[in-house]
Amino acid sequence: MTTSFNLNGRSVVSDAPGDTPLLWVIRDELGLKGTKFGCGIGECGACTVHVDGRAQRSCITPVNSIGGAAITTIEGLDPHGQHPLQEAWIAAQVPQCGYCQSGQIMQAATLLNDFPNPSDADINAVMGGNLCRCMAYIRIRKAIKLAAAQVLGAASHE
Amino acid sequence: MKLLLGGLLGLIVAGAAGFLAIAWWPAIPPVQPPTSQHFPPALIAQGAVLAGAGYCAVCHTAAGGTPYAGGYGVGTPFGVIYSANITPDPQTGIGSWSEAAFARAMRRGIARDGTQLFPALPYDHFTKVSDGDIQALYAYLMSLPPVNQAAKTNTVGFPFNIRYLQAGWKLLFFQPGLYQTDETKSASWNRGAYLATGLSHCGGCHTPRNAFGAEESGQDYAGAVIDGWTAPALTAANPSPLPWTADDLYTYLRGGADARHGAAAGPMSPVIHAGLAKLPDSDIRDIAIYYADIDQAAERGKTPLATPDETASQQEADPDAALYAAACASCHYDNATAPRAIRPDLALNSALWLASPNNFVNVVLHGIGTNEGAAGIMMPGFAAAMSDGDIARLAAFLRRTRTNLPPWPDLEKQVSAIRGTGDTQ
Repeated sequence: MTTSFNLNGRSVVSDAPGDTPLLWVIRDELGLKGTKFGCGIGECGACTVHVDGRAQRSCITPVNSIGGAAITTIEGLDPHGQHPLQEAWIAAQVPQCGYCQSGQIMQAATLLNDFPNPSDADINAVMGGNLCRCMAYIRIRKAIKLAAAQVLGAASHE
Repeated sequence: MKLLLGGLLGLIVAGAAGFLAIAWWPAIPPVQPPTSQHFPPALIAQGAVLAGAGYCAVCHTAAGGTPYAGGYGVGTPFGVIYSANITPDPQTGIGSWSEAAFARAMRRGIARDGTQLFPALPYDHFTKVSDGDIQALYAYLMSLPPVNQAAKTNTVGFPFNIRYLQAGWKLLFFQPGLYQTDETKSASWNRGAYLATGLSHCGGCHTPRNAFGAEESGQDYAGAVIDGWTAPALTAANPSPLPWTADDLYTYLRGGADARHGAAAGPMSPVIHAGLAKLPDSDIRDIAIYYADIDQAAERGKTPLATPDETASQQEADPDAALYAAACASCHYDNATAPRAIRPDLALNSALWLASPNNFVNVVLHGIGTNEGAAGIMMPGFAAAMSDGDIARLAAFLRRTRTNLPPWPDLEKQVSAIRGTGDTQ
């Protein structure tokens, strides 16, 4: 069976069996390696992508459950890699090894969408499923607040 | 003695003759399949909408099969009953059925050749459908491309496979007759009731069935288990913490989810997305008005609701809270004052308030795809990610912290059983 969906703005068709995790299709079949495999059981957040604009764990999302949906990976978050979160990530020098970071950024994008001015409690709750073995949590929090301020500031100047 | 025996024999013969008289129906002569030119396009279009109201294609289509060509297995306690091909193919479908034959099947449960149909076809509801709507449905089905696909053989065993016995079932449990307007109610209510009790046959899943597979009288919409899911009560006994108002019901039935109750999943999802989606907003509104009256939302809404505080439960030193924080909170946490569909509030979710954990466990196991529930909101399934024990802990934790109801018993066993049921299609 085939599944058609949109990946970072282009139409794609996957021939993978319906129960194949979306993560495998993205990485192995469609060749986008920015999304990472971590635990494979939806408990670490490294594989986070957007399905119809919202963060999801792609390692436990069967490809046949997202037919017709718009999938966004870290490669497609911003055409120039300049999403406010990506800029804040660079400004705050967040990553150490970097492995979890694409998942962190994709999850943070949904956080900012739902909580434009997130409190520490909001960040803890929403980002709590994204693990970072380098313990970059302090800088992740800093970058999220930086990006939130930048987005809110830009909005108030419009 | 001879006289007595003779009398008894006479009674038996008379009884058998009487039974035959109600069980035997004549065949209705076959017709040449009418082409779609027979029918005004507006009538066909009306029939397409009505076929949505009855979500006929949901049961009359096999998984991956051609719509309306049948072959979907309806699991019953008596065996699997496969749906019929209702495309206008003269050999294997209903192409040789006249409109009178179609109307008789819909309203009396009798096939064109006079055979008794099983009530897996909900003719106990369709009997209420008006002449005009039957005519439109017929026109629509006859306008479909014919598909030559023979019916699959049912697995209903002896003696239930004796079709004549269905006449006895009908005698006991079936009340034929058109929908009767309730003059004490509004036109909207009556329109909603006409659809809900007729074509949309909501009671087919939401009313419990007796040992003979008939909807229990006096138990309308009391809730039942169907295909491993709970079809919740639609009466005032519905356990959701917030009563279903007409607005809530409208949002849910139109969009597939309501922030104050949760998303449509399992067998309810295709009812909404592959069926009711064809109906105009006004019909959905009318169905909502009817059920908001049935569940007495206006009266029940006066009791204020005490929802548990999510932040408090997150702070408790509880290993199950960590399970929730890692697997669920990234989507389900919220701090907004009003519930938001994009961040479903589990304290309000109907599944946590049901007597059985089956809906909750089914959704955790299998998730909600992009074609189910509300548009743009999906949930991954944790079947391959979480053990029965983890899911049981999660269920117990949420039941404990999000509701004021007693714990679900034997959770790990229940999760294991629900996982084993799987999808039968």
